[in-house]
Amino acid sequence: MIRCEHIYKSFEGREVLNDITLRFEQGKTNLIIGQSGSGKTVLLKCLVGLHDVNSGKIFYGDTDFTDLDFHARKAIRRDVGMIFQGGALLDSSTVEENVRLPLDLFTEMSEGDKRDRVNFCLQRVTLTDANGLYPSELSGGMTKRVAIARAIVLNPKYLFCDEPNSGLDPVTSVVIDNLIREITEEYGMTTIVNTHDMNSVLEIGERVVFIYQGKAWWQGTKDNILDTDNKELNDFVFASQLAKKARKFEQSR
Amino acid sequence: MKFFDLLGQYFILMGKVFSRPEKRRIFSRRLWFEMEALGLNSIGITAIISIFMGAVVTLQMAINLESPFIPQSLVGFATRETMILEFSSTVVALILAGKVGSNIASEIGTMRITEQIDALEVMGVNSANYLILPKIVAAVLFFPFLTIMSIIIGTAGGWLVAAFTGVINPENYVRGLMMDFRSFSITYSLIKSSVFAFIITSISGFFGYYANGNSLEVGRASTRAVVISSVCILIFNLVLTQLMLI
Repeated sequence: MIRCEHIYKSFEGREVLNDITLRFEQGKTNLIIGQSGSGKTVLLKCLVGLHDVNSGKIFYGDTDFTDLDFHARKAIRRDVGMIFQGGALLDSSTVEENVRLPLDLFTEMSEGDKRDRVNFCLQRVTLTDANGLYPSELSGGMTKRVAIARAIVLNPKYLFCDEPNSGLDPVTSVVIDNLIREITEEYGMTTIVNTHDMNSVLEIGERVVFIYQGKAWWQGTKDNILDTDNKELNDFVFASQLAKKARKFEQSR
Repeated sequence: MKFFDLLGQYFILMGKVFSRPEKRRIFSRRLWFEMEALGLNSIGITAIISIFMGAVVTLQMAINLESPFIPQSLVGFATRETMILEFSSTVVALILAGKVGSNIASEIGTMRITEQIDALEVMGVNSANYLILPKIVAAVLFFPFLTIMSIIIGTAGGWLVAAFTGVINPENYVRGLMMDFRSFSITYSLIKSSVFAFIITSISGFFGYYANGNSLEVGRASTRAVVISSVCILIFNLVLTQLMLI
């Protein structure tokens, strides 16, 4: 479980996060949604410690993450996997080397065990025969799957995903969404997904937080997101013509 | 004020860079990789420049020192001293600041804007140490070899000019090469090349590491890295010469 209390974050006087207090449950896929520029990515980066908060606390279990220095944070970071928007695979390394890097750095496993673990993770994300490829040779969907494999290779307790579907077609997006949900259930992880894709919300959003103008504006589940009377959330959810038509159709039934 | 901010940021980054690597085996692997990328891949350009510069220096000396009162062997002597004292360490370093420096700044800058550095940090890796330290160590160890190679090839270039153009007698040239040789000049040259290697890799690593925004910014970081490295090389050349030769 991860929780944050009264988080404030600003850049050069511009306030991005304003008094955010949230709780992300273990074994569930927690979604952070909101418009571009609403502060979703900053919140996610604050949670993993890539940005320091101006004030407020972040707890991993009972440990206050904000109080720890770089070395003390290392222990928690071994339990963290993160999937970045563009995959963030190391360009100069092959798929196998990318997935294997955390094992090389933080375990004393034998070469054979490492190879087995890498192959297991790649098979888990349905990516076989790609070990020797470089990131520049992969499609968008393959890149995301390699990023997922790298994120889970150390059996993390916490998984962070920053817009995992950006740049993907709808079919591949569903595949990635389902993969994230399955892995979350399988490993009992605390998963936090940052997205503005409403399909993802309806596919995997067990807990949903809507960030608006740097504030946690609304919280709920995927089931009650369509029935809420919150104006700002409705403007976001039903922004597209397709969603508007679907709602009109639903109301006319 | 901005200068002191940058300087402070640079020393803070160096503090992160010069910490103990996560695993010695991984560091060794990366060190060999960087030796090849920064060192072996610079042999060609260093050799080409050195042979032509050695040849031109010999020609210039031969033409400008043409006098019955000046022995021809002085041309060989002057070529050797030019190559050892300045060209093979300082001028080659300035050229490598362009080649290696821009390579490092753009590589690390691209890693920054594509979140590869963030990915390493989230894993708990000291990204500055993981990315920059092998480059610094590789360059500091390898650049002196490039300097020695440059001295040998440059003086050979001078001999080729002497042999094929007849501008001076090759025997006189060789006699000049061996005249009044002080081994400390080589030590001085090698120390300079190691210092310049550190300057190029650390400054380029610094500008790449703190690049942000888009590809335009990476380009700017790369240019800044080359310019600042070159200026620092010239300043430290003066300082080291003052300290070691005077």
